[in-house]
Amino acid sequence: MAEERRAAISERSIDLAFEVNGRPRSLRIEPRETLAEVLRDRLALTGTKVSCDAQVCGACTVLVDGLAVSACTFLAADAEGRRVRTVEGLAVDGRLTALQQAFIDRAAFQCGFCTSGMLMAATALLEDVPSPTAEQVVHGLEGNLCRCTGYAPIVEAVLEAAAAGDDRAAEGDTP
Amino acid sequence: MRRVTTRESAPAPIGEPIPRRDGIAKVTGAATYATDVALPGMTHAKVLRSPYAHARIVSIDTVAARAHRGVIAVVTADDLADVELIYGHAVADHPLIATGKVRFAGEPIVGVVAEDAVTAEEALALVDVRYEPLAYVTDVSASLAPDAPVIHERPGEQRAHRGFEEDIERTAPNVCSASRQQWGDVDAAFAEAALVVEGEFRYPLCYAYAMEPYTAVASWSEGALTVWTSAQHPYMVRDDLAHCFHLPLSAVRVIVPYVGGGYGSKSYTKIEPLTAALALRAGRPVRLALSVEEAILTTRGDGARIRLASAFDHEGHLLGRRATVLLDTGAYAENSPLVARKAANRLGGPYRIPALDVSCSAVYTNTAPASSFRGFGAPQVTFAAESQMDEAAERLGLDPLELRRRNVLAPGERPWPRVRGIDADVGADLGLAAEELEWDAPAVAGHGKAISISASDAGSEPVTTAVVRVHSDGSVTVTAGSTEIGQGSSTVLAQIAAGEMAVPLERVHLVQSDTAAVSYDRSTGASRTTTLMGLAIQRAAQDARAQLVRWAEEALAPDGPAVVEERDGVSIGGRHHDWGDLVRAWFGGASGEVVGRGYVRRAGATEEMPPFWEVGCVGVEASVDEETGEIRLERLVTVGDVGCAINPQLVESQDIGAAVMGLGMAMREELVYEDGNLMNGNMFDYRVPRAGDIPPLRTVVVERGDGVGAYGAKGGGEGSLNPVASAIANAVYRAAGIRLREAPFTPERVWRALQ
Repeated sequence: MAEERRAAISERSIDLAFEVNGRPRSLRIEPRETLAEVLRDRLALTGTKVSCDAQVCGACTVLVDGLAVSACTFLAADAEGRRVRTVEGLAVDGRLTALQQAFIDRAAFQCGFCTSGMLMAATALLEDVPSPTAEQVVHGLEGNLCRCTGYAPIVEAVLEAAAAGDDRAAEGDTP
Repeated sequence: MRRVTTRESAPAPIGEPIPRRDGIAKVTGAATYATDVALPGMTHAKVLRSPYAHARIVSIDTVAARAHRGVIAVVTADDLADVELIYGHAVADHPLIATGKVRFAGEPIVGVVAEDAVTAEEALALVDVRYEPLAYVTDVSASLAPDAPVIHERPGEQRAHRGFEEDIERTAPNVCSASRQQWGDVDAAFAEAALVVEGEFRYPLCYAYAMEPYTAVASWSEGALTVWTSAQHPYMVRDDLAHCFHLPLSAVRVIVPYVGGGYGSKSYTKIEPLTAALALRAGRPVRLALSVEEAILTTRGDGARIRLASAFDHEGHLLGRRATVLLDTGAYAENSPLVARKAANRLGGPYRIPALDVSCSAVYTNTAPASSFRGFGAPQVTFAAESQMDEAAERLGLDPLELRRRNVLAPGERPWPRVRGIDADVGADLGLAAEELEWDAPAVAGHGKAISISASDAGSEPVTTAVVRVHSDGSVTVTAGSTEIGQGSSTVLAQIAAGEMAVPLERVHLVQSDTAAVSYDRSTGASRTTTLMGLAIQRAAQDARAQLVRWAEEALAPDGPAVVEERDGVSIGGRHHDWGDLVRAWFGGASGEVVGRGYVRRAGATEEMPPFWEVGCVGVEASVDEETGEIRLERLVTVGDVGCAINPQLVESQDIGAAVMGLGMAMREELVYEDGNLMNGNMFDYRVPRAGDIPPLRTVVVERGDGVGAYGAKGGGEGSLNPVASAIANAVYRAAGIRLREAPFTPERVWRALQ
């Protein structure tokens, strides 16, 4: 039955070629598929979580060409030819980013369901504003809900990561 | 965070802010939740839900849906003659799929299983259900009216053996349960009172919004059932599944991966019986993953209407309290009978009250079912009780802090007969909150300060087991039924095992929440895990150590040289042997292991109920924008009185998280019903706190070693939620002179009160 169904829709299928966490990927998808569905169901990148499914909570935040978007409502077809980064792409060779480490050090998560989206939103923020004020961090994370932490440790973690980034820049250790 | 410690020292790593052991998994996206579980051959289910608040189901036509390409099974109650459809933890009143009628808008009627979720969704539109709408009630007053439609024609079967000490009394057709807590002579107390404060308070219907909506995957094999689910209490889900499918407990395996938020909303059984029934009919593994909109319709918190009178003497001593509490329990009992019981127990707070009489009824309405939600009756009744403490202080011309000090229980004092004395120094906690809030400093013009306290009979039932296995290399595996719902159980429980066995934390690994692989634990809720599972692990470790010392005597010192137990092994004739040496020596080879068992039950230290008291103590400074009615929280302080902070960083994060959740319910959160339908059942319209809503926060972690758990620990994580609404209401009164008795304190409500 699955094969029949796939056959029936194959005429409508489209090719998608894009870059995910630095690797080129090409696959056939249905036009209706969201980026979250393609990442989770087709590429097994389940670190991206879906909660509200309506672009309110930010749990599914990924970066498309450096811009934070809600993967739950972003059509995968619109990622054609673009660079997508997910939480799985943050750590390189098992080395956590300063932001990931700060989230651990500050206990900036509990259940962890918002964490992937929170990290991606904060990554975009820090790439845009490397040394943000607390107000800028709060503003940058207004679109990401967390029900566990009360946000305070998350804001502290982002500020700590920004400070660590400054230190590394001073040491000439930036990638 | 400020730490105030008077407890005895404990072995490392107890008391250390160890980084969370689920940290790397959670920051790299590797952590697996129920929503990430995929099995070979797995199919996908969707659920058709009632559009009516109350209706008889006349007919269900599924022919077109069954014929839809890609559909594997379409299931109604009629297709499940071999399944016991009615389940329920407290009262068996809940059909896993509607049988004959629907009792709330959103109740599941038909399940469709298909090769993919889109096909299942398409097929739902092809099902034709005919309804005969019935009169409905979506409010407790209407539900208690003499001519109200009856929601449950037959009272549900009581399941008193599942944690209830008393019968569930049903006093009117739509009363699900009635609880009463009383002691002393209340009439006499009110007759002699110098001051009586009376009022009615309302607490909203709330949604916990665990960000991971309910998800389950069910798979049958050889007559046995395996379910992966987002549940907090895997063993209770197992028990309900065994009941529904006529299986022995051993034939049901419930596995809970990381849980994406619980807060009580994932306590007890939710969608697992339906998912298992669909898998049974489909003959394939089935995944049912609800949307957030469906999750809101699955479980919410009990709204409350509280009529309270408090009697005082001239000096501000409480003489009595009398209250009637009505909980809006929704269409099914779920855990509301226990919420009602706890609300009655918690209305007295941490005070010495000579006489009290509280009646609390859980009332059925045609709304989404209410159940456990963090705080569990305490946020509702504390709002009323602590508001009246400030009202009384003003009328008696006393400082509200002084009034509280005059009434708080002394450490060890019993709030009522035959209950555990309070295992906290609430007066000292009040003092710490006052210091942090600079209570004695002159008030800024337009600002008001308030401190509120609560006490909850916490810990649920002490029924917990744990196993500590020490391997031939001396490393340790702990199996614990507790789920990791974000509270940090995987870190804290490993710390306890490492401390007891004196092995490095890196050599301790935990296996959790798999009913086939891990021994029984009643539940992960009521702030009980650190205390009760921690105690079970401590005992299991002690049992393992005792066996290892005996093995040392048998294998290494049969002729009697003294075996001296040390922290991390034994010494015989001056030579040290670690745990791994003893395992290998006793088995006589290179392998083997010792199995230590720990049991916690109603005996010994945990004989008295509750297992511990959870105290809440919150201070707030607030101001009000008189133009807009917006409340501005200038700061919020919490005191986390936890006996022993096994991991102080996790205690702080639980405390802050609880306070902010309380802040959400006090300020914004409310589910609104109109014309039988939920009007704001989505995350656009249901407004939870955002990063910009958080005031400056400060936590004091207090450790006096006065809990029943390992090293004097007792639970946290709910206490700092419970007093928040009352603290804000009292601070607003002192800032702006308006008394708020209905939460949430939306700008509109505040503005109207100001006019």
